[in-house]
Amino acid sequence: MNTGFGLISLVVFLPAAGAVVLACMPRRLGRVFPLGALAVSAVTLALSIPLFTGFEKGTADFQFVERLSWIPRFGISYHVGIDGISLFLVVLTTFLGVLAVWSSFEAITGRVKEFYIFLLLLETSMLGVFVALDFFLFYVFWEAMLIPMAFLIGVWGGKRRIYAAVKFFLYTLFGSLIMLVGILVLYFYHQSATGLYTTDLLAYFPLKLPLTYQRWLFAAFALSFAIKVPMWPFHTWLPDAHVEAPTAGSVILAGVLLKMGTYGFVRFCLPLFPAASVQFMPIIMALAVISIIYGAFMAMIQPNMKNLVAYSSVSHLGFVMLGLFAMNVQGIEGGILQMINHGLSTGALFLLVGMIYERRHTMMIADFGGLHAVVPLFTFFFLVTTMSSIGLPGLNGFVGEFLCLVGAFQTNRLAAVLGTTGGILAAVYMLWMVKRVFFGQVVDEENRRMQDMKPRELAIMVPIVVLYLVIGLFPTPFLSRMEPSVRHLVAQLQGARRQMTAEQHTRTAEALTAGGHRARGGEMAAREVVR
Amino acid sequence: MSYIWLILLLPALGVIINGFFARWVGRRGVSWIGPGVVGLAFLVACRAFFDIWALPADGRLVEEVFYTWIGSGRFTVEMALQIDPLSVVMMLVVTGVGFLIHVYSVGYMHDDPGYTRYFTYLNLFTLSMLVLVSANNFLLMFIGWEAVGLCSYLLIGFWFERDSAANAGMKAFIVNRIGDFGFLVGMMLIFVTFGTLDFTEVFHAAPGALALGGPTATLIALLLFVGAVGKSAQIPLYVWLPDAMEGPTPVSALIHAATMVTAGVYMLARCSALYVLAPFALAVVATVGVATALFAATIGLVQNDIKRVLAYSTVSQLGYMFTACGVGAFGAAIFHLMMHAFFKALLFLGAGSVIHGMGGEQDIQKMGALRRHMPVTHVTFLIASLAIAGIFPFAGFFSKDEILFSAFASGHYGVWAVAVFTAFLTAFYMFRLHFLIFHGTSRVDREMARHIHESPRVMTRPLAVLAVLSAVGGFVGIPIIYGGNKIGAFLAPALAHTEAHAPHAGVGTELGLMAFSLAVAAVGIALAWRWYLARPEVPGRIAQRYRTLYRLLLNKYFVDEIYDDLVVRPARVGSEAVYQRFDLRVIDGAVNGAGALVRSFASAIRVYQTGYVRNYALSILVGVVLVMAYYLWL
Repeated sequence: MNTGFGLISLVVFLPAAGAVVLACMPRRLGRVFPLGALAVSAVTLALSIPLFTGFEKGTADFQFVERLSWIPRFGISYHVGIDGISLFLVVLTTFLGVLAVWSSFEAITGRVKEFYIFLLLLETSMLGVFVALDFFLFYVFWEAMLIPMAFLIGVWGGKRRIYAAVKFFLYTLFGSLIMLVGILVLYFYHQSATGLYTTDLLAYFPLKLPLTYQRWLFAAFALSFAIKVPMWPFHTWLPDAHVEAPTAGSVILAGVLLKMGTYGFVRFCLPLFPAASVQFMPIIMALAVISIIYGAFMAMIQPNMKNLVAYSSVSHLGFVMLGLFAMNVQGIEGGILQMINHGLSTGALFLLVGMIYERRHTMMIADFGGLHAVVPLFTFFFLVTTMSSIGLPGLNGFVGEFLCLVGAFQTNRLAAVLGTTGGILAAVYMLWMVKRVFFGQVVDEENRRMQDMKPRELAIMVPIVVLYLVIGLFPTPFLSRMEPSVRHLVAQLQGARRQMTAEQHTRTAEALTAGGHRARGGEMAAREVVR
Repeated sequence: MSYIWLILLLPALGVIINGFFARWVGRRGVSWIGPGVVGLAFLVACRAFFDIWALPADGRLVEEVFYTWIGSGRFTVEMALQIDPLSVVMMLVVTGVGFLIHVYSVGYMHDDPGYTRYFTYLNLFTLSMLVLVSANNFLLMFIGWEAVGLCSYLLIGFWFERDSAANAGMKAFIVNRIGDFGFLVGMMLIFVTFGTLDFTEVFHAAPGALALGGPTATLIALLLFVGAVGKSAQIPLYVWLPDAMEGPTPVSALIHAATMVTAGVYMLARCSALYVLAPFALAVVATVGVATALFAATIGLVQNDIKRVLAYSTVSQLGYMFTACGVGAFGAAIFHLMMHAFFKALLFLGAGSVIHGMGGEQDIQKMGALRRHMPVTHVTFLIASLAIAGIFPFAGFFSKDEILFSAFASGHYGVWAVAVFTAFLTAFYMFRLHFLIFHGTSRVDREMARHIHESPRVMTRPLAVLAVLSAVGGFVGIPIIYGGNKIGAFLAPALAHTEAHAPHAGVGTELGLMAFSLAVAAVGIALAWRWYLARPEVPGRIAQRYRTLYRLLLNKYFVDEIYDDLVVRPARVGSEAVYQRFDLRVIDGAVNGAGALVRSFASAIRVYQTGYVRNYALSILVGVVLVMAYYLWL
């Protein structure tokens, strides 16, 4: 097992340290801020690569673990580490961090210094969320993330930026506070059960919570995460936030921030409250399917590109949730892979829409048409990203989406079949947008003068497209790193599920006094489903 | 057969070079590389064919595994190719016919500004189709399956400035996706049932794992068929194919002949082991197939756009292939697929030659007597028309006849009757087309008439090659009476057979049926001659007399309009309504309402925060009085 020598801490806090250094510099230095931020985020990415390459595949344990006592009176420690689930989100964050900084070079002209400081602080807090193995530490990062994001929207955003920033902040804060209550309940329950005050996440995994506790706690955590994902019907903050946010903000928001919700489900809800998760499974799956279909239909009629992509995110994350709550290896691995895929392709879509916006200062689909003839290179990247986003086999989106669906199909056929229609709808809304923006005649003379991709923009997009192909054709390095952690999680859920079916069957058996062999049958069916 | 990966690598190289390094190799380079890589791939396919041929009949299956593509728990899918008689035949068709179309395109697309983009897409199309036919499992096949959809999207919408082309491309992709929904769900069901998506394993396990005619077998077969219906343009998802003629004409040839639409037929043949377990699904396949054949042929009777007539004839001929599958004659379906690839490619390329020579004109009412100006195009087109009409000894005669015979011999008399009637219609509308273009009096306007010219050699040579294939290609599958069907025997180990297909009709019956269908086709041609050459005023009178029917056919039964009104518009209007009334008002209204509620509550109690000490003192006094009162009196 990899033990820590501070690599994770280095990765997490380097952006914040960079932010502090930038804060100390005088404002008149101008160019230093973007370049400095780019350097810091690039080094952070470079440092995070060894986490991936050095990650040991055979184990479900946390790796690169660091643990320091922090507030011993309350059992709070600084405890970080990664496993096959969080690893990818960390690397995704550092990767998109670089792109977010780089994409802002020309877009941000006012309050440049503050912008990059906030962006770097945001990166640290997001990384912290994914590596924290202590409830207290997790919650600090979780809430800290809200502040720079709200500022990014509220200061550098569009016309209704204040409304969007406040809505984003309060809505997600509302969810977090309910989760905080949940954390406190857990904390005191743990003390009463073991006599020990601790916020260490690992101490909670062996805890067998009574079902009533599980249900309430699941509900509290799930509400907070569902807002973040966002699942229908908690999604309305997302289009507002996206439309108003600057490009970098949208990229981070779609690419990383939403994953904090889905990550929360995998990291906390499933392993801590397995029995409740099994019970809530039909509800979550139903919401996931509604998100997929509803988000797609809403995306279809949006007149604004950013709004369209925002609603498509609702649809895509429905796939992730469907996979995660399939509670088998394929579903959960598909869900995690789909988090990465969505981060890449939707992040890229926002980058591309941002590039158009910088040139024409509009995001309305109706203002365009015929761009293929004007900006062929740009069209190429947009088309490839579209194909990745709608899950064309051979590119990244398909592998994740199909695994999610295959997983879900084994658990709930109806949900999987309904979810599959999302693929048709995705083609409808994306291709229709592509048609209206890129095909046909150039209607607006302004558009005829649009400049094609600049070298900087090319440098941003090429790595993303390469990753589409790599994940699409060679997903094994990703899947094999997830496998042990996911198997471990599935085993936990399987146990809970088997226990529940067994209990249910003994109850029936007691009532009927003749159902012994049926209970065994149910048990076997449960095991079958979980594999 | 470790060299087989070359067959994918070659077109892939073409895509990369033409796509990214076109500036370096230049236009000339693209003209060589584009067709060149496909030609080389054809040679690889030939080599594979002879290597497979050399193997004993029951050992003709070679799998080349490259690496594990997806591994997740017990779900594993290999990146692996499978070479067996079926895939080799398909490879030959795809690369062979594809190569000729590539060569032809060099001439046809010569002046197009998107020349390199065109060849990039064309190479990608070939690559995708080769992946589709050589994959050894469902999921890898699905890569090719969707990728041909993407390529058709790109190529149909190749002239993207034209709104109709952009729309047609989009329509093709989306309608295909609807079919793919069935394919996807089918794959999930296969995985759950068999625990694998590998062809060999699934087909091997199928007879034991699935009950004959059981619900799982039927469901899997029907779901896969939904995918085939989308890809191979059958009722009700055929609507994208006639619009696909918006693309450059060689692309239509590629889509209609060598690639894309044949995928569905190939898939059914590949999965024949599953279909023979699902008689109900086969009945559905046969019904849909024969219905589509008839339906599309009736539309083809009255269309005036040269490419549109051919498009409906493709839909109709694909219907024949599905009919063959449906009656359990998978070998006949593949045989017809192959012959159809020859003559349909020839027809489309010939049509392209006509359009090219006429300066872009596609309306056959404005043509006529072109045979004097375009001798090569005329003769080759005639051969193709004879082939599709099923005249002895051209390619279509043997393949269509085998389908008709199989339907009859397996006891599907109704299917047989409809198919024969469709053969009559086919002969009629094909020769209507032929006579209107090449014979009779010229209806070309004076200005245009002076510019009509035969196409350059780079275009006519592929026509000649295809004409030879259309003329004699059928002899690879000459029926039993001449000593055995070579292609049928070659394909046999790769296909499963239904019990019913064992021919219980004798040689005499077969000869009789042959003579009958030949007579039917001859009558069709004669009728076309009489109406369109001998007495050209007749069609107008008939159209006048049966005006409703004529308008119904001319407007293609209004199916596009029906889909528009029933699906497209309600979806758009409904979504808009839900967005405005529910998403913004109800859901977001609740969110904003919660905020507003807090604010109004706060502003209500804010009134009491006056900031005046005397007010606060008063409230303290009231409080004290109340507390004292509580203790004193209660």
